[in-house]
Amino acid sequence: MDKKTQHTEALKRVEQELKKCVKCGACRANCPAFSAFQREPAVARGKVALAQHILKGDIGLDDQTYLNMSKCLLCGSCVEKCPNEVPTDEIVIAAREALAEQRGLTTFHQAVGRVIKNRRMMTFGAFAASILGPLFFRKVPQTSGLRLRFPLPFIGNTRHIPGIARKPFLDRHPEVIPGEPGKPRIVFFVGCMTNFVYTEIGEAALALFRHLGCTVIIPKDQQCCGLPGMSGGDLQTVRELAERNLAALERHQADYVMTACATCGGALHKFYPAVVGRRNPELAARLKAIAEKTVDAAQLLQQLGLHPEETGAGEALRITYHDPCHLRTRAITRQPRELLTATPGVELAEMEGADRCCGLGGTFNVYHYGSSMAINEAKSRAIMASGASVVATGCPGCMMQLSDGLKQHGQKTRVMHTLELLARNLRR
Amino acid sequence: MIDARIIDKLKEIVGPDNVAAEIQDLLCYGYDATQMEFLPDAVVHPADTAEVAAVMKLANQERFPVFPRGAGSGFSGGALPKGGGIVLVTTRLNRILRIDTENLIAEVEPGVVTEQFQQEVEKLGLFYPPDPASLKFSTLGGNVAENAGGPRCVKYGVTRDFVMGLEVVLPTGEIIRTGGETYKGVVGYDLTRLLCGSEGTLGVITKIIFKLLPYPEAKKTMLTIFDSIDGAAKAVSTIIGNKIIPTTLEFMDHATLKCVDRRFKMGLPESARAVLLIEVDGDRELIERQAARIQELVKPLGLVECKVAKDAAESEALWKVRRLVSPSLRDVNPDKYNEDIVVPRSKVPDVIRRIEKIQQKYDIPIVNFGHAGDGNIHVNVMIDKEVAGQQEKAHEAIREVFRAALDLGGTMSGEHGVGLSKAPYIPLELSPVQIATMQAVKHALDPNNILNPGKMFPA
Repeated sequence: MDKKTQHTEALKRVEQELKKCVKCGACRANCPAFSAFQREPAVARGKVALAQHILKGDIGLDDQTYLNMSKCLLCGSCVEKCPNEVPTDEIVIAAREALAEQRGLTTFHQAVGRVIKNRRMMTFGAFAASILGPLFFRKVPQTSGLRLRFPLPFIGNTRHIPGIARKPFLDRHPEVIPGEPGKPRIVFFVGCMTNFVYTEIGEAALALFRHLGCTVIIPKDQQCCGLPGMSGGDLQTVRELAERNLAALERHQADYVMTACATCGGALHKFYPAVVGRRNPELAARLKAIAEKTVDAAQLLQQLGLHPEETGAGEALRITYHDPCHLRTRAITRQPRELLTATPGVELAEMEGADRCCGLGGTFNVYHYGSSMAINEAKSRAIMASGASVVATGCPGCMMQLSDGLKQHGQKTRVMHTLELLARNLRR
Repeated sequence: MIDARIIDKLKEIVGPDNVAAEIQDLLCYGYDATQMEFLPDAVVHPADTAEVAAVMKLANQERFPVFPRGAGSGFSGGALPKGGGIVLVTTRLNRILRIDTENLIAEVEPGVVTEQFQQEVEKLGLFYPPDPASLKFSTLGGNVAENAGGPRCVKYGVTRDFVMGLEVVLPTGEIIRTGGETYKGVVGYDLTRLLCGSEGTLGVITKIIFKLLPYPEAKKTMLTIFDSIDGAAKAVSTIIGNKIIPTTLEFMDHATLKCVDRRFKMGLPESARAVLLIEVDGDRELIERQAARIQELVKPLGLVECKVAKDAAESEALWKVRRLVSPSLRDVNPDKYNEDIVVPRSKVPDVIRRIEKIQQKYDIPIVNFGHAGDGNIHVNVMIDKEVAGQQEKAHEAIREVFRAALDLGGTMSGEHGVGLSKAPYIPLELSPVQIATMQAVKHALDPNNILNPGKMFPA
């Protein structure tokens, strides 16, 4: 392999991290991709080894590398449990960036990049989809989900997809919603899934923080966090989005940057400083400053002393809770549970393996739909075994995946965001 | 050695999806926790005993080496394909075949992950005690082949003590059963014990019958902090001398504590020089008595503090100190040689003193922790491989550490095995006649030297 023709700059940036791996195999216990593929190239240790061999010039940035590096959900489970704290998620992103540099982006990721960089296009697309949806999708009886009438590229017709909101969340509210003086000022980073699909999460967040007297700022110029691009190695797009988001978030004086999407939170809190900051050192200080202000909605609600007795009381429900990877790896597991168990009418029945990945992994689900659903299978079964009629979680991505899995099992279990349950008693 | 024709024959045996010869697959089956790397010619994933046997027969016909592998988490290179050949991965043989609650036994396939097996038997109120640090990912087949240990061995013994019988594919491809389902059994040689710890050189384990115990009613965890290593070491022999056998007696020296504290701020007292993590289990009343007695016994030995866990959460917090050792060590130096010598319990202070001298002589940090209750100390020689000369120095230091253990009536390895990494040192411990005897066994079972060649004995 000719090293000179290989675009390995991205991997060189993580060379020191690669050295930390001692190949102990601990990642085999926690990796959802390994649980599906059962082969070493799918596990963190294998990917680290392959990255090392790319740098040595033993293997190239070829189809095989592309396939092996695609077998990762960027869930961070391996990092969390690694005795040497090897950031394999960042290594995989670097490998995907190197692959994109070497081979160009795939058609799918080119399209992803174009869409996520252009919110107006997304808004128009969402509007069109909400009108034209019935042509392509049929409603799944007794659920709010849709199913394709015929297969399209990347989307089979057995998959359940949530419906699209007629009016995006960002178009519904003024930019600044003033609260009581002396109460915290919060910038709400909404995220695409909440903006276009699960707008009820945004409404619940707004209602809860207004209930606490907070000033909520929803910057109109906020963009996609960029994680879909990052997972395809499109770091150019991610950098652009990060810069635009920095500008949007920095424009307001605020105590916190709040997210109700685990993935967006993971992007702002972890991937921006770690991945974008490493690649673009000139942005590092600003990215770090935003990361330090970023909090998850449930985490912040608890910190600010929300009383779910007042806001969440409602019909008696047996619920179970799923830990989104990008909350769990930030040690946000206790807060949502404590808030939910304090909510009148809510009874929390823990499922087995609540901390295991749902299998979505962003674009992993598109490339490896079968494996994604194989990972999801244990999750669906655990939810059913818990006897809960509602599964709560803190990530719209997980919500989509959990619904898909449960509906394919013919289940009527509702999938809700933690905030929706906490805000049952608030007028929205 | 392995050409397309052989690859095709392997594919006929295990199916095309279960033979890999792509360079990237080969690279991912050539390493283990020793960080050595060798490239195999193919990786084969059989599904059952018959497929393993067919692969071994083919290997004998065609004369290519076969390297059995479980999770590949070994510390001595036992699964590494040095010299090339095929890696035979046993992780598809991953069924728990039965758990017999009347006879307290279980039969499993080798690819079952240790912790998963423990969880399944615990659901039935039963107990499989061996607990190697890798139990969340290592396989039972690998545990048996390496005769794995763990903290609980003080009271319960090592993997070997729980193996009652095996199904094994011999290096020549015949299938045999050893031992059985009865506690007693004296007919013929004890091949079960010969195969436990044989490091994949004498046969491929395809089924294991384990002995199980009732799950203990309760456990109690204590963290005892001493102002000297001698005090901690004396505590070990005092406790056991007073006829109390704790489940675990984990030891951490001053260097280890400093590492952990620097990174994780455990808030250990200034005067702490050594720590013992002590756990007792069994009948609730008995362990309360034992715990009280242990505290009484260790008090006069320079005890600085004794923390007793009141519940499972507090117990987990105490264990955390021990679990944080591994990630903390990197702060000393990026690379480590992790040795696992054993000495008679009473000789633990002597061996620690000898290691201190070795450390001064070679001027490389050596961090000691481990299972003091059975005299098994993990000696971590911390170096930076990128600094010229450090590797050589480390090897010399390790040789002296081994000599110290042997001088005190111990052994070079209690858990990790010989494999590749300790093979050069074998003559320190075993006489030429001992080695020849072992090699005669190997030759009798594996006349063509097919199975895991180049391991255990110096080339």
